[in-house]
Amino acid sequence: MLLFSLSLHAEEATPAQECEKKEDVSSVVVEHIMNHVADANENHIATIKDGEHETHISMPLPCILYSKATGNWSVFMSSVFHHAPNGIHEGYKMEHGRVVDAQTGNRDTFFDFSITKNVFNMLLGFTILAIVFFTVKKAYDKRPGQAPRGLQGFMEVFIEFITEDIAKPNLGNKYESFLPYLIGLFFFILINNLLGLIPFLGNINSSGNISFTLVLAVFSLILINVNGNKDYWKHIFAMPGVPKWVLIILVPVEVMGILIKPAVLMLRLFGNITGGHITILAIAGLIFIMGNLGTSVGGAAAGGLIAFPVLLFVNAMELFVAFLQAYVFTLLTAIFIGAAIEEHHHAEEHH
Amino acid sequence: MTGPVSAIGVGLAAIAAGLGIGLIGSNAVQGIARQPEATKQINGAMILAAALVEGVAIIGMVLSFLIK
Repeated sequence: MLLFSLSLHAEEATPAQECEKKEDVSSVVVEHIMNHVADANENHIATIKDGEHETHISMPLPCILYSKATGNWSVFMSSVFHHAPNGIHEGYKMEHGRVVDAQTGNRDTFFDFSITKNVFNMLLGFTILAIVFFTVKKAYDKRPGQAPRGLQGFMEVFIEFITEDIAKPNLGNKYESFLPYLIGLFFFILINNLLGLIPFLGNINSSGNISFTLVLAVFSLILINVNGNKDYWKHIFAMPGVPKWVLIILVPVEVMGILIKPAVLMLRLFGNITGGHITILAIAGLIFIMGNLGTSVGGAAAGGLIAFPVLLFVNAMELFVAFLQAYVFTLLTAIFIGAAIEEHHHAEEHH
Repeated sequence: MTGPVSAIGVGLAAIAAGLGIGLIGSNAVQGIARQPEATKQINGAMILAAALVEGVAIIGMVLSFLIK
């Protein structure tokens, strides 16, 4: 953990940052929001401005970069940029928390395999889940056949909910083989959603990242189609009881449906979590817009007065959404798998 | 979220999804009022339908990010 210990560093306010002040306030706020929602190579926690000095509090994260041009691997901590001359290290520099090529200023000349803030958050989530589940497992080993206690009882509520309300009604008697995936999916989405809601943990937004949801959706896509039985494929390529000429229209639609189902799963989780983060930050940004970036204290106080209750409400709603989206993703995956493995005894009646 | 055109798009998607979820909610409450013993099944179906409708609004929002 020493590796990720907080680093403090100060830097002079550059003329460019001075210019930013004169810009439209809301565009500054929007830029901050978009930087938050995007991934970053360091875990930025706060910037404290004291006159000319800016103190950045951030957690350095390892950068693993592969240059396409030279084929060289560069491995270093993101904190090197703060001490490097001109902020350039091994041909890379940092812009808004993102590593970019120092010459071209964009990201298409190298591959980024870094432990970014979202990856770090995922690993944090893994660790928490592992600790929780191993603790619960130990409790079952120690007190077999007895009533659950403490954390064990808390987790049992969730697992029983997934088993009884999601897996059994949708998957029928084959539910046991899919239960590990469904439970893993539910808790992994849930822990990432919840970690994203903790302020000052470092602008984490991993379940609001489209690559995160893409991977989960691809897992579901593979699971649905690998387990799909004869009836499932028959309903896609030769829907029973439909005239031949209708199949010309129906088959492309059904084939598209294979991909659309997980694609919507992917977009729903991404959109909900990103949308929630943007909403929370936009309401918090009201303080800075009304306070004109710290020049009007009265405006900032009024903005804070308006923002506080609204923010409290939206945060509470996002807490609910964190659970709801984990539930919906798991439920829909279970329904799609259930539809793919279902045995049709009267194929003619189904469409 | 650049420019007024995508903002109008998000608004339209939100109207459509709002109408849809409103209908689902009102009919679910009516169903529960008539048959309180079916609450559990109605709740499950309601959340599923709401999630599907909400997907439309979310797709609208995601597209507004993409369209500049």
